[in-house]
Amino acid sequence: MFAGFSDPFEALLTLQRALDARVASDWMERGTAAIGSFPPINIFQKDADLVAVVELPGVDKSDLEIEAKENTIRIRGKKTIAYGEQASVHRRERISGVFDRTLSVPIRIEPDRIKAEYRDGILALFIPRAEADKPRSIKVS
Amino acid sequence: MVDSQELQVQQKREVEKKTEGTTPGRAFVPVTDIFETPETLTVVLEMPGVDRNSIEASVEDDVVTIEGRIDFSKYEGMQPVYTEYNVGHYARSFQISNKVDQSKISAQMKDGVVTIVLPKAEQAKPRKIQVS
Repeated sequence: MFAGFSDPFEALLTLQRALDARVASDWMERGTAAIGSFPPINIFQKDADLVAVVELPGVDKSDLEIEAKENTIRIRGKKTIAYGEQASVHRRERISGVFDRTLSVPIRIEPDRIKAEYRDGILALFIPRAEADKPRSIKVS
Repeated sequence: MVDSQELQVQQKREVEKKTEGTTPGRAFVPVTDIFETPETLTVVLEMPGVDRNSIEASVEDDVVTIEGRIDFSKYEGMQPVYTEYNVGHYARSFQISNKVDQSKISAQMKDGVVTIVLPKAEQAKPRKIQVS
């Protein structure tokens, strides 16, 4: 099936170029509370819906709490690092502590239908756009 | 102790290569903890988004190299609208001393964190000396 063919290298470079370009964008500027705080969030659009991809390495699933209300999503929890007894630390770059971040989406969403997946230190939130917010095509009679 | 400390975002540092690469995509330096117990030396690396099967750890000439590859196909059909971090592969290497028993090195992965345990060689373990 030729239609399904895609060059993985091209896809990868396109993603990186787009990520770089979007760092400078102001799409969520006033929509997000606490910009730049932990955890870092990337938001993608997939068809009409949004997907928020959050990097949370080393956070246990049970230490993660997600709440959604209207168009805000709150992600909070804690990250703990155990070195064990008798350990002498040579290098310490990882940080532990608590986090609490609220994300406000500038479109209408359906908070009841948000799906969350946590795998390999990445939290993915699938945020469906509200039916009422989707564009409707109007027939010209 | 530091449990109530508020977490800060750590900016990703790109891997500085001596030679130019031929594969596309960036590689970042994973944040790492290294600690030692009387029996082992443990290296903990944060590689969010890396699948267990996409990690390659190798030991060559006393250098441990850990590489983690990101599966970019998951991002297919997604348009970024707001971004705060970059996505890329991870790579880091460490020089280890010959005090490590290289045949017994083990690694495990959980929640995007790779733990590499390097057991110390018998002669490198601390010994208690009895005073007579």
